[in-house]
Amino acid sequence: MSKILIIAEHDGSTLNSSTAKTVACAASIEGAEIDIAVLAATAAPVAAQAAELEFVARVLTVERAENEQAIAAVLAPQIAALAGGYSHIFGPSTTFGKDLMPHVAALLNVNQVSDIMNVESSHTFRRPIYAGSAVATVEAPGDSVVVATVRIASYAAANGGNSAAIESADATADVPSHTRVLEVQSGVSDRPDLQTAAKVVAGGRALGSEENFGLIYKLADKLAAGVGASRAAVDAGYVPNEMQVGQTGKIIAPDLYIAIGISGAIQHITGIKDAGTIVAINKDEEAPIFEVADIGLVSDLFKSLPELIEAL
Amino acid sequence: MEKILVGLKRVVDYNVRVRVKSDGSGIETDGVKMSINPFDEIALEEALRIKESGQASEVIVISVGTGDAQQQLRTGLAMGADRAILVESEGSAGSLGIARILKSIIDRDGIDLVLLGKQAIDDDNSQTGQMLAAIWGRPQATFASQVEWDGDKAKVTREVDAGLEITEIDLPAVVTVDLRLNEPRYVKLPDIMKAKKKPLETIALADLGVDPGPVIKELSFEPPAERERGVMVDDVAGLVAALKDKGLA
Repeated sequence: MSKILIIAEHDGSTLNSSTAKTVACAASIEGAEIDIAVLAATAAPVAAQAAELEFVARVLTVERAENEQAIAAVLAPQIAALAGGYSHIFGPSTTFGKDLMPHVAALLNVNQVSDIMNVESSHTFRRPIYAGSAVATVEAPGDSVVVATVRIASYAAANGGNSAAIESADATADVPSHTRVLEVQSGVSDRPDLQTAAKVVAGGRALGSEENFGLIYKLADKLAAGVGASRAAVDAGYVPNEMQVGQTGKIIAPDLYIAIGISGAIQHITGIKDAGTIVAINKDEEAPIFEVADIGLVSDLFKSLPELIEAL
Repeated sequence: MEKILVGLKRVVDYNVRVRVKSDGSGIETDGVKMSINPFDEIALEEALRIKESGQASEVIVISVGTGDAQQQLRTGLAMGADRAILVESEGSAGSLGIARILKSIIDRDGIDLVLLGKQAIDDDNSQTGQMLAAIWGRPQATFASQVEWDGDKAKVTREVDAGLEITEIDLPAVVTVDLRLNEPRYVKLPDIMKAKKKPLETIALADLGVDPGPVIKELSFEPPAERERGVMVDDVAGLVAALKDKGLA
């Protein structure tokens, strides 16, 4: 039997949807018994949300003032202290999990499996490599704990409706003070969150300016969609980094993805492969984005985009 | 700070369209162009800029792998690193093994800052820096897009899912770098000639006394599931109709 501990991602008040997706991955391991650990300054609000997730047996809370911010060097020793008795420790493959989980793995003297997209067995997993140009089947050693991150775009969130037990856990550990979060700058937006939105409209370098990128927002508003961007658009300064989709940005799986003025480099495609329907508008008919698009339109975006906004 | 250690991984070049071998045993690398992992190149550029601003005295590049990785280390020396270390290892040492190797060099040479790419573009693992920070017991600042170096501290802007996180760390530390930190310099021919005279030390993994530990085994490889090519529409009206057809508009 597999006893799995999942590290909750949260902002102090709200459980990130990445946690429910990580739970779904863990639940696909046969005979999995799943606990969630909530490390926070005040754990109750987040713990209550975690306890609602199906498949979860227990929610373990670890409260201390230093857990106010998610600092890997602070959280990891506490997670290592909780690890005894677990066969697996999972986190999401978001920047939170990518930062934290390898640190946990090293404290437990094991390597880590990154970006699980598919569970073959308790110790065998499939994961993308080379920006999704290949899929590797990998096997973690059977005699030690499996520490892994889960590619959240590969899983639908576990449902709610559960009421798992919430317990305070003892995770005594010395934590360092050598790392201090001073500030988090977050673009405030009332648009749907890029990582969970059912529809996403994304723009590329062809938009040409921050001002022109306004067309993308207009279309997104029409569709109640989240907004993304290619690396080129972020590098050019049209939009902030948190909107980047792809190998080094966010990996998303909306029902509808509309790529506008995005050529479709492999590093971008890997971020949208799991989308339900991909629509591409590009004036270059040779653009690689059309190789993966379900619906393609060869057109100058400055002509077709206003028309599309008008027509919807 | 005195010494900066920069990891350089030899990977299939960014522009190569990667193919899985027909028998699923690995990735086709015969005759394929190999380069420094692009993130590692950014790490090296940052180290060189720190040294050029007078805040460090030596930049050391290190790679773990077969003798072929000497090419990438020579490129690093041509970019401006002072010396290079190749830890020779036939099989994969795993991220934890690499972290342990880096730690042994830190202990041997007295390193104040380790700069690494945030991930390698071959295995896309994003692990080594975080693991090194764990076993070294020093701060990690991952996904750095801007860094202000200030004596025994650094202020690092990290690209995270929520936006930008500004974190202060004490040195020594591990910083893993993101794409927007800088633009690496081009290597000039005279620098390539000069680099040939710079020291490149080769150490066998066995002589380092490091146990890489058990690795994650790669059992097989396959190409990804292809998306089927869809339909092309002629105009916006056709696009709207196709979206309505799918219940998406």
